[in-house]
This record gives sequence, C-alpha cells and structure tokens, in this order.
Amino acid sequence: MNRGMRHVALVVFGCFGLLFVQLNRIQVFQAEELRAHPENTRTVQRDFERPRGRIVTADGVVVAESQEVEGSFDRLRTYPEGDLYAHSAGWFSFNLGADGVERAWNDQLAGRTPGLQLSGIAGVLDDRAEVGDVVLHLDHDLQAAARDALGDRAGAVVLMDPNDGAIKALWGYPSFDPNELAGFSGTEVNEAYTALLETTGNPLRAPAHREVYFPGSTFKVVTAAAALESGRVTLDEPIFDVVTGYTPRFTDRELTNFGGRPCGGPLIDLLRQSCNAGFAEIGAEIVGADGLVITAERFGFNDIPPIDLPGAVASVMPTDFGIELEPPTDELPAGVVSDVPRLAQASIGQNDVSATPLQMALVAAAVANDGEVPVPRVVDRVLDARGRSVESTNRRVWRRAVAPDVAEQLRTAMVATVADGTGRVLVRDGFEVGAKTGTAQLGTDPARSHAWIIAFSGPVGGSAEWVVAVFVEGLDGSGDATGGGVAGPIAAAMLDAAAAS
Amino acid sequence: MTAAGTVRTPAPRTMSPRNVELGLLLLAFVVTLSASALTALGRTADLPVDFVPFLATLLGLLVAAHMAVRRLAPMANPVLLPLVAILNGLGYVMIARLDPDLAANQAAWAFLGVVGFTAGLVVIRDPRRLEPYRYTLALLGVLLLLLPLLPRVGVSINGARIWLRVGGFSIQPGEFAKVTLAVFLASFLVEKRALLRASTRRVGPVHLPDAKHFGPMLLALGVAMMIMLAQRDLGSSLLFFTLFISMLYMATERVAFVAVGLSSFAIAAVVAWRRFDHVQRRVDIWIDPFADAKNAGFQIAEAAFALADGSISGTGLGLGTPAKVPFAATDMIFAAIGEELGLLGASAVLAAFVLLCATGFRIATNAASDFESLLAAGLTALLGFQAFVIIGGVIRVLPLTGVTLPFVSYGGSSLLANYAILGLLLRISDRGERPA
Repeated sequence: MNRGMRHVALVVFGCFGLLFVQLNRIQVFQAEELRAHPENTRTVQRDFERPRGRIVTADGVVVAESQEVEGSFDRLRTYPEGDLYAHSAGWFSFNLGADGVERAWNDQLAGRTPGLQLSGIAGVLDDRAEVGDVVLHLDHDLQAAARDALGDRAGAVVLMDPNDGAIKALWGYPSFDPNELAGFSGTEVNEAYTALLETTGNPLRAPAHREVYFPGSTFKVVTAAAALESGRVTLDEPIFDVVTGYTPRFTDRELTNFGGRPCGGPLIDLLRQSCNAGFAEIGAEIVGADGLVITAERFGFNDIPPIDLPGAVASVMPTDFGIELEPPTDELPAGVVSDVPRLAQASIGQNDVSATPLQMALVAAAVANDGEVPVPRVVDRVLDARGRSVESTNRRVWRRAVAPDVAEQLRTAMVATVADGTGRVLVRDGFEVGAKTGTAQLGTDPARSHAWIIAFSGPVGGSAEWVVAVFVEGLDGSGDATGGGVAGPIAAAMLDAAAAS
Repeated sequence: MTAAGTVRTPAPRTMSPRNVELGLLLLAFVVTLSASALTALGRTADLPVDFVPFLATLLGLLVAAHMAVRRLAPMANPVLLPLVAILNGLGYVMIARLDPDLAANQAAWAFLGVVGFTAGLVVIRDPRRLEPYRYTLALLGVLLLLLPLLPRVGVSINGARIWLRVGGFSIQPGEFAKVTLAVFLASFLVEKRALLRASTRRVGPVHLPDAKHFGPMLLALGVAMMIMLAQRDLGSSLLFFTLFISMLYMATERVAFVAVGLSSFAIAAVVAWRRFDHVQRRVDIWIDPFADAKNAGFQIAEAAFALADGSISGTGLGLGTPAKVPFAATDMIFAAIGEELGLLGASAVLAAFVLLCATGFRIATNAASDFESLLAAGLTALLGFQAFVIIGGVIRVLPLTGVTLPFVSYGGSSLLANYAILGLLLRISDRGERPA
C-alpha cells in the first residue's frame, strides 16, 4: 500500500508543481500583457478611486478636478468650463478611457511619475495626496475669445507663442461637454458618446489638430519659402507676367486666379495678391517636385507634430509627382515631371495637399521665429501637492523650416500682405502684423469653400509674440468666403484679445 | 593537557511534538494578526475597532485547539494544526477584507470547526471502530447528497442544486458526504484488497477481478456520481471520482484500475462536453476567457487581471481591488490572495498545501492499521486534489468547477467537513506514533 500512496503523493505534488508553473506564467511572464489587455479596466478603476490632480489654465482657471462624491466610485471628475476645453484638456471616463491632457498626462495627474513619487515620500507626514496638478499654457480669456469669435461656425482657432510653441488657445467648433462622458453609469456614458458621434459635425473630432483640410492659398507661404530657398527667386526678382491664369504642361486645364483677375509681379506681389498663376508656375517650373516636398516636410508636413496631446495627425504633402521627363536646365530649373499638372495644383494648396490648422499655425510660427518650427505645447508645467514645479517642458525647437534670411523675407512678404493685400483686416495700430489668407474651393456644385488665415503679430520693430491660425470649414458659396473676409475678423479678434491680455 | 573529556556534547533533546506545535501556532497567530492589521491599515490607514476582540478570539481558538490536541492526541503530528491555522487565518483575513458580514460567519464556523474536531477527538478514540458502520456511512453519504434535491429545503445557488436552506443558514451536505464516503471506501477496500488484486477475468489487454467484488463500491460510486451530475455539481463529481480512483489504486497498486478509470473518465468527459451546454461553456471559457470577457469569461478574465496586478510581490493587503472578481470570497479566493500578496503569497499558500499533503501522506505511512493508513491517505488526497481543482480552475490549468479551497474559502459546511478531516488525521497520527 505504501508504494501506491507514494505514487498518489507524487501525482498530488506534480499537480501543485503545475499550479506553480502556471502561477508564474500569469503573474510574471504574462503580467505586463494582461495589465495592458483591452478588457482590463483595473488600472482605470484604480485611477478613478484615487485622488487625481487638477488641470488649470495659465491664469488659474480650473478646467478639470476630482470631487469626492457618494456613488459607485469615490470621486467624480468634473469639468467646470464645460465644452471650452473638451479638445485640449479632454476627458477621463471609466468605460471609454481618456483623451486630451487627461490621457497624455495621465501619469502626472495620477501621481505616477518619479518626480511626484519622490515628493510624495518627502511629504509622507502630511495628508496631501501626491498627485500632480497640470498647468496649461492655455489662457482662459483667450480660449473664451476664440469661442466667441468663431461662434457657431464649424472650424478651429489656434493661438500660440511662436518663440516657445506655447499654445494659448486651442478651440474647435462644434465642441461638447466632457462632463457627459465622466459619469458613473456606463450605459449613460455610452449613449452620450454615441449621440455625440451622430451629431452633425461630430463634436468629438477636435479639428484643430486631428483633422486635415485643403489649406488653399495659405500654403503659398510654403511654396514661397521653397522658391526663396532655391536661390533663383527673391522677393523682387524675377517679375512674373501679369496674367489671369496658368496652364501647366500636358493639360488644357488652366489654373485661374481668384475671380479671374489679372495679377503678377515679383514674389512679394504674388503673395500680397495671392496670385494662383504665379505660384503654380513657381512650383511647376522653378521649385519642382523635390523642392516643394522637401520644404513642406521641413515645415512639418508628412509628420505628426510633437504636440503633447494624443491623436494629432500629420498634414499631407503628396510626394509622388511621377517620373522626371527632362532634367533641370537654366531655363527650366525644376525640370519636367510627368505629373506636372498636379504639382502646379499642389503649389497653390490644392490637389492632395491637406493640413491641420495646427500645422498652418506652425508654418506662421516658423516664419515669425527665424525659420525654426517650435514644439507645440499645451501643458506648461506640473505642480506637486505643495505647489512646487516638478516637471516643466523645455524642448522648444521641433525642426528648422528655412534659413533665417529666408524667414526674414517671408516675414516681409506677409507683413506686406497685411499692409496692402488680402490681409488688410489685420492692420493693428502699434503692431507689426503679417498674414496669409486662404480660400480652398471644395467644388462648384454647390459652391463651397474653406476660409483660412494664418498670421503673426508683435510690437513694431520687435519679434513676433503671437501666431494665430483660423480655419472655417465648408462655407456655402465661394465668392465672399475668402480668408480675409470670414477668417480675417476672427484672427483680428484673437490678436486684439492677445494684446489685451 | 587540555581538559579532554570535560567537553560534553549535550544529549540530543527532542522537543515534544506539542511544544513544536505551540511554537508554530504562535507563528501562525502572528502572521494572521499582522495580515489583519496590514489589511486594515492598507484600506483605512487605521486599525479596525474590533481589532482587540479579533486578537482575543483568534488566540482563544488557537489555544483551545492546541489544548484539545495536547489532551486528546498528544503524540499527533505537530505541523498539521499550525498549517490549518495559517490557511484558515489567511482565508479569514481575505474574507474580512472582502465582506465583513461573511467574515463574522466564517469566524463562527471556525469556532464550530474547532469544537467539532475536539468532539471528534473525544468520541473517536480508535478510527477502526467506524469500520462496522461502513455501509451505514455509505448510505448516509448518499442521503446527504440527496438532501438538496428535496423540495422546500433544497435550493439551487448559481446553477448547482447542492444546498440546504435551514433557518437562515445554507448548508452544503455534500461536503460531509465526501468524508463519510471516504471512510466507507477505506474500510471496503482494505477488506477486499486481496480479492481485487487477483485477476480472474481478462478484458482485452486488461486483467480484471471478478465483478462481484466491485459491487457495493461501484454502486456507491455510481449513485454518488449520478446525484452530483444531476445537481450539476461538476467539481464535486470530479473530486469524488478522483478520490475513488486514488484510493482504489493505493489499496491495490494496480495501474490497470487507473487506466480503466481514466479512460472511462475521458469518455464521460467527452460525452458530457457534447451533450451539456453548461459543460461546453465551461470548456470554452477555459480555452479563451477573453473571447467574451464581459460576460461568460468575466470571472476567469478578471481573475487573470487580478493576478497580473499582483505580479510578484502583490499590491499589498487592503490595497488591491479583489472584489472585482465575482465570488472572490468563495471559489475565487485564490485570485484575491494572488492579487494582494502576489506570486510570493500565492506560492506560500501552494507550499502550505504541499506541506499539508506531505504530512498527511506521512501520517498514512505511519498509521497503526491498514484501514487508518488508507483512510489518512484518502483524506489527504481529497484535500490535495480539492485545492488543485479549485486553484487550477482559477488560474486556468483546468476548467473552473466550483469547489471551495479547503480551510481558506468562505463556507461553513466546507470548513466543518475539513476540520473533521483534520481531526481524523490527528487521531490516526496520534495512534501511529504511540509505541506498540
């Protein structure tokens, strides 16, 4: 009988050995994977139960805070400013996850970064929770000004400091109230989310940094930059013919100027009057496909801007314009590519070129900032429970778009555009303002177009202090929807608000 | 000359088993107490108001159990009771952390368990005196299993009709049936060993003894299995079948029985899987709990997430969220332990069960009679396999079948039955260690 008992004992021990092996698999080897499993709500729930830092604007307005409540969870995340910061501060939901600063800065808000944990150890004797408060660059007055200026037109407003990339306002319409997604009832939250998805214009989209649109004539700044970088064009030479349109090789379709008006002259005049014909010719015959693509990519196209918000998308500059048919010559420095009609269209911001309002703000910022594109930032710093800064952003330059002298020339041309061109609405006493308007036609039946403007502003003789990009989506008609007419006043309101703040 | 011969090696003093036990119990006491305090501190940063009464009750129970063994089974193995104390204590701490109301009940059941096992030690001085009652015990086992099928008193909880509702209490009579059936099997098998080992028939490659010797045993087994399956109690039927096969093998040492048993089990399993939705569902969940992690697989998926949260060192007592796993205090208590105490704590529980089984088999080897030996081994195997079946179910070594984790899970019947097993093992151990 002893032999039998020994065997059964061995089987029992073998079973426990099996349990031990499997336990190691789950708790050690698969632990990471299981914690990240999409069905695993534990981390979120823990974050829900624990204290969570506030999100406040640069001028101290509370955007998000956790309140202790009675209910399924100990704390409820509330957004006192409603829809104003939905696309920037975002939301923190039990069943949907999180978005915006709530997601990108989750570790700081939950107190999980080394800096906060150190400061938690130091403060172990007092009762304050070691979570971080996130302070935004966003300014409450400017954010509210953006909402007021855009009104109930679908679109976006981005206002930033070109020197350090600090975003002072980031607004998109339509927006939504993040409180609807922060509730305890999963069913209600899901219903609210579905309702938002089905709302006209989808308020969840965040058009400022998550959607791309045809940039229209604002893209001419990039084409102008490529022209200046090529060394074959200056602000004053050559002089382009005064024409009403330009017909690229291999097509009969003429690219006409806005309203069929004749226009021409040196580059500064082309930009001032936003001549389609001249810029199409520059792109197709002087800059060429390579020159335009390289310059656009130096400004940030085809790359996701390193903004500290999740879900930002890359703006698009097509890179394939067919094969090279004829090599560059003195007369035709760009050579001839097989897809030259598309290249001509791309040069004036049409065809497959598309950009986020954020990217267009960065184009203006590079012009205003000696040719360097700043890293766009929404968050300024993180404070611990005692109000000490434990983390602040210090990386400032994303990339160099153009040489400083090219930036200076572009700046001059954009200032001229405000002084005596399509951007006259932005003329401001005591400020040097430069701008470029844009109207991207979406079709003729029915006629619809996007209105754009990008601008920079600063004291006369000083460096620019603000950059603004305004985008108004898909307006009916194309005549009076020019950037200067619709987007211009919004940008003007933003510059006034910025000057007043 | 140095003082050779003046240096004396002290005579090896063997500590009395009861003093060893007392020391180990003290250790179990300290561990349980610290765990309880840590849990409270983790949850509320304060000691609970009933900490002193808890301390007194725990100490009282341990001392009472120890004194009972000291008086009634002085030679019994000293490791068994402390192992049970620490498993029961740890289980209690987790239950208290999950649901204070359940914890009060569990404490009451633990008290009854100690009373019951003391009474058992008083009454059963010689387990062999159970042998004449073996058929009565078998019948009793079957009747106990049948009780939940009675109208009015029998109730179905979570799909298994294995409960009796008497007054405010739910009793699971099947837990006691396992013990009486084990006694019956031990007694029957020891008597028929010789007959069962003789092969008189040949079925294919297997030599089998005359079927008539199997009669009563197969009847008991068949009836018990039928009842359990009718009650949809997959866990208990699996366990009882395993108990039967292992006791049969230990008694006869014939691999053929195991082969026949396992193949008939395999056939039965396949048939059950084909025929019954609830069996199929369990298997599907076992294979991939994440396929339907919000519904069918929720329990197992959440258990895996809990264990992953625990990782190596655990979230810390009172600092995890073990209540997210359904039935965390009963079937799934191992997930709660794994979450808050981590791989280290969960492995300690595994180690405690391995020690418990090793001790049980040692007691079986040293038992005073064949009957006691087989009974001790059977009861030990029962404890070991039960722990394996439920832990394996929680961590996906097996499909989950709802049985309790002995001494750890919440459940009065289970606790009482397991304390009865503890009493029997201690009694057999005591007799085995006495000089002949």
